[in-house]
Amino acid sequence: MRLPRGRSGNVFGLSDYATAIVFFVLIILLTLGITAWASMRNKSASDQYVAGGEIKGWQNGFAISGDYLSAASFLGIAGAIALQGFAGFYLSIGFLVAFLVVLLLVAEPLRNLGKYTLADMLTARFNMSRIRSTAAVSTVVISMFYMIAQLVGAGAIIKLLLGIPYAYSVIGIGILMTILVVGGGMVATTWIQIIKAVLLIAGSLVLSLFVLSNYGFNPVGVFNAVESEIGSTALHPPAPSGIAASLDVISLNIALVLGTAGLPHILIRFLTVPDAKTARSSIIWATWIIGLFYLITPILGYGAALFVGQDAIRAQSPEGNLAAPQLASTLGGPILFAFVSAVAFATIVAVVAGLVIAASSAFAHDFYTNVIRGGEASEQEQFRAARIASVGISVAAIALALPLQGANVAFLVALAFAVAASANVPVILLTIFWRRFNSTGAVAGMIVGLVSSVGLVILSPVIIGEAAIFPFEKGSPALISVPLGFLGCYLGTLLGGRGAEREREQGLQTDYDEVYVRSLTGIQNVEEEIQEAAPTQESSR
Amino acid sequence: MDSSSRHDEWVRVERTPAFQEFARKRKVFLISATIFFLAFFFVFVFLAAFTTVLNGKAVGPLTWAYIYGLAQFPMTWILMHIYVGRANKWDDLVDRARHEAAEGEER
Repeated sequence: MRLPRGRSGNVFGLSDYATAIVFFVLIILLTLGITAWASMRNKSASDQYVAGGEIKGWQNGFAISGDYLSAASFLGIAGAIALQGFAGFYLSIGFLVAFLVVLLLVAEPLRNLGKYTLADMLTARFNMSRIRSTAAVSTVVISMFYMIAQLVGAGAIIKLLLGIPYAYSVIGIGILMTILVVGGGMVATTWIQIIKAVLLIAGSLVLSLFVLSNYGFNPVGVFNAVESEIGSTALHPPAPSGIAASLDVISLNIALVLGTAGLPHILIRFLTVPDAKTARSSIIWATWIIGLFYLITPILGYGAALFVGQDAIRAQSPEGNLAAPQLASTLGGPILFAFVSAVAFATIVAVVAGLVIAASSAFAHDFYTNVIRGGEASEQEQFRAARIASVGISVAAIALALPLQGANVAFLVALAFAVAASANVPVILLTIFWRRFNSTGAVAGMIVGLVSSVGLVILSPVIIGEAAIFPFEKGSPALISVPLGFLGCYLGTLLGGRGAEREREQGLQTDYDEVYVRSLTGIQNVEEEIQEAAPTQESSR
Repeated sequence: MDSSSRHDEWVRVERTPAFQEFARKRKVFLISATIFFLAFFFVFVFLAAFTTVLNGKAVGPLTWAYIYGLAQFPMTWILMHIYVGRANKWDDLVDRARHEAAEGEER
């Protein structure tokens, strides 16, 4: 429409590229600088996994937001709103409400029971290596799906933004994230998340102000313009088109809302703070930041539809992934385009770094240190294992992402959420809240959730097309696989193995009284803390 | 028996009146808050997925779908602040539970 077109048929001109490359190089230098600084503080396994548990509340709040708001949020939702209208805003609402499940049900018990990984939390109750191994497998699977999605998206976006071929972009980001995680561990990753969250909020605010300035800074003006220029269908959900399609929507939302509480890279952020009070203050920061960002998404999406035009957005990417950078180019010229592109780049680097930490700590801390070495590895060995695992995970993710050019990113992300909701969430909740839960139930629940969610997706039209047995168009399995995950936990507990009581007698399970009191109160060492609280002890000092 | 004395310590904390009060208040709040926000959200999803009742205009160009969708934002912020406020108060009960457990030990 009103957009200047470059000679190559790309929307962006050569000077756009030059400015954008300068910004990208700045982000890369910043990343390397932080890594160099953090590497001086990154000395132990605890530093590598959870930044020594010394992150401040506001820092963790920004870092949670950084982990939470992936490129799928920034580029994907803006594009979805630009092209589909309200149906895209759905995702914003789902991701926001999902945060309530995390903070109300999971955050504090996880912080009170866990140490470095999700498996640590489960093994605080079940002292068994098969629980640890199964939880590690599901962590690696979920993080891999998510990471591949981010890398595939990153490759496609950088190709469009800078003209660099897909394979080089994926390998380049892969190398950058490996340097970041191996050199700087969780300290560097946390700071990248903080900077990325600040940039993302700033970029979105600036873009939305550019849009709003055309409507006297009145958001309702944007909606009026959408109604008159695009049509009122963009302002309400699409009419229901059959039971299967409607159930698919419900299923997708179940995956979004519950799945977030099972995403390892989000959950481990609560292990980087020293105590429950700090965890809560980080929750306040994160909820406001995340909410404000999602609140802006309609302005960005509709702004792109109004100023760039839906056809021009579709011409760049059928899913609308470049709507936000296109909007920046149209309203703010090369500088704003370069800034917004760099924000997207920083977003991707930060999220993949968080994912590498989650997956590699499951590998190094859970598999290597605790299952293979039986918890006997020295501090130095653990630290080395964590770094080697980070390299291995990164290489594996790059290798898997390379042949997947053109894969549907939103689908891969939704799959990661569905697996997390089905395999992790039932076990996490029942470990905290169900006294009779036993180890057979925990393993059964995780395996049933993992197999059924991945299996249903394979049987859906997305993978096997016409031959699909599972009828949901978008292949979202959560409506069925989440109940199956809970059922697996329940039936496993009922039918399999020893009862919880006998497991306790044999030392396979920690007393539920302990797990219960600990998960609620955060008391770690009960004898000491009771003695400290005793009045006579204090007076005798 | 080291492990059973450890077990007794945990049970001692669990049986203090302060812990009982804390656990009860926490349970009541979490159950009602969770039911409320899941219902508030999934009624919205259900109406949008199966019906067209939200497609009509509510205020100016804004449809009911937008009004209900945007209402999820203050809902999330308010619920979060209520939770954090209560949880910070419950910390006093946990401290009291520690003291009560310790006093119980003295007797």
